[in-house]
Amino acid sequence: MNLTPQFIIDACYFAAAFLFIYGLKRMSSPVTARSGIMVAGIGMLVAVLASFLYYFGVNDAALPHLGTNVVFAAVALFLGTAWAWWSGKRVAMTAMPQMVALYNGMGGGAAACIAAVELLRTNAVHQTIPLLLAVVGALIGAVSLSGSLIAWAKLDGRINGVWRIGGQQILNGIVFLATLGVGIYIVFVAHGHAAPGIVAAFFIGALIFGVMMTMPIGGADMPVVISLYNAFTGLAVGFEGYVLQNPALMIAGMVVGSAGTLLTLLMAKAMNRSVSNVIFSNFGDGGGEQQGEIKGSQKPAEAGDAAINMRYASKVIIAPGYGLAVAQAQHKLYEFVKLLTDAGVEVKFAIHPVAGRMPGHMNVLLAEAGVPYDMIYDLEDINGEFKEADVAVVIGANDTVNPAARTNKSSPIYGMPILNVDQARQVYVIKRGQGKGYSGVENELFFADNCNLVYGDAQKVMVAMIQAVKSLEGGGH
Amino acid sequence: MDLATTLTGFVALYIFMLAAFTGYEIIGRVPSILHTPLMSGSNFVHGIVVVGAMYALLNATSLVEQIIGFVGVLLGAGNAAGGYVVTERMLEMFKPSDKKQPAGEQKKA
Repeated sequence: MNLTPQFIIDACYFAAAFLFIYGLKRMSSPVTARSGIMVAGIGMLVAVLASFLYYFGVNDAALPHLGTNVVFAAVALFLGTAWAWWSGKRVAMTAMPQMVALYNGMGGGAAACIAAVELLRTNAVHQTIPLLLAVVGALIGAVSLSGSLIAWAKLDGRINGVWRIGGQQILNGIVFLATLGVGIYIVFVAHGHAAPGIVAAFFIGALIFGVMMTMPIGGADMPVVISLYNAFTGLAVGFEGYVLQNPALMIAGMVVGSAGTLLTLLMAKAMNRSVSNVIFSNFGDGGGEQQGEIKGSQKPAEAGDAAINMRYASKVIIAPGYGLAVAQAQHKLYEFVKLLTDAGVEVKFAIHPVAGRMPGHMNVLLAEAGVPYDMIYDLEDINGEFKEADVAVVIGANDTVNPAARTNKSSPIYGMPILNVDQARQVYVIKRGQGKGYSGVENELFFADNCNLVYGDAQKVMVAMIQAVKSLEGGGH
Repeated sequence: MDLATTLTGFVALYIFMLAAFTGYEIIGRVPSILHTPLMSGSNFVHGIVVVGAMYALLNATSLVEQIIGFVGVLLGAGNAAGGYVVTERMLEMFKPSDKKQPAGEQKKA
């Protein structure tokens, strides 16, 4: 057995595949999760370094360009890694979902690029099955690229609201079928020797479809959509891996494809939606009025007054959201909650499945602050209890408590399960300003008679509340 | 190039099938609090696509192929590096820490 470059590459890919699966396995338990990503990271490093050994085995036609190509590869690797590392370190914890979307889209784009090179290689003899998988992978990868970019732009607030036109579903269908038709032509008629213009048309069609498919989806559904595109990219990578006869891509891609699909289904289930409902429900609505005028006004309240009101309540339910995470106020919140429970108030935390924009994000933040598990309730377990609560406190949440999701059929978030905080006797909403939720919908809860708003940074508000209750205890005895 | 292994037909199907079950099993028993880190982690794993893009680029024979290959490696590297950093930062929350102070977010900025 010779230690040929190809043998080293194969061995390194085998090691990488093992490290990826072992790393993902470790990531599936909170105790070992951190080491899991490092294990997978080593796998990636090994695979990328080994790939430079392709230098010794390129095809004859590429030999004259080899020097340039290696420099290109090194530069592209450096630029891509440096930019992503910098942006990933810099981004706020709360902006993670859109960054995941962005990086995922890049992966889909890379898969599409591999396919594009393959389809443009007109001098090669193409077999039908690899060609078919190249085209399918290209389609999925390109849709994932443009779709993820739209998802990123929406979550990042660069595109606001939902974009719908009449007959959109039909239009999308036409674009999709046209793209598919071109793909079929490339595989079965041109046998991989299609003109560059036709290949370009195929990719443009797929990119447009990704945009059109994502634009009508509301912001609150985005985590599900990102997860779906994550699975898409995985599949695309797996298929391109077959085309390149690269087992590391095949295994890693397919593992992610199936894991991502299951994750998407679990997330959709947590929101009481089906995946097709998330993707298609907003199609064909023909736009129309987003919502009627909201009556009433937003009534501000002082943090101290709200705190004292809670201190004399018998049951308080807290609905934390994105804003709590932004302000990193979970420690102060729990300090305040302890004061309340010491005074005999029954306090529960109500967690929306997508609280914090990432499923499970809020549980982690609360657990980190020391909140015991038996105080934390899921949506379906606690929603019946709001009727009995004296006070419901919404901290930095918005869409997840918007009653429009229950009542207003024209609202983009209609149908999403929400926490029924509006049913409590008194609602306090702690929020930074008068802005809307990231779905871009005005929240009629804030205008309700039983709702008062405490403006300010969540952490500062919690400190003020703690002081108010403490001074009360001090003065009372 | 000369490949040591040929992964066609049923061999490829076996690989795909077993990999699919592996992914399903890994995610299937995960507590929901880990869904997002795992989505991010699997996002990192498909960053392996960069390796395929490197192969395509090194074997490029024309300027168009070189450009597409370059973009592919660029995007793939971004996927891998970004996925790693974001996942690692997310999983940092699982450190058994009670020392992490509210201002912890800023130190990375």
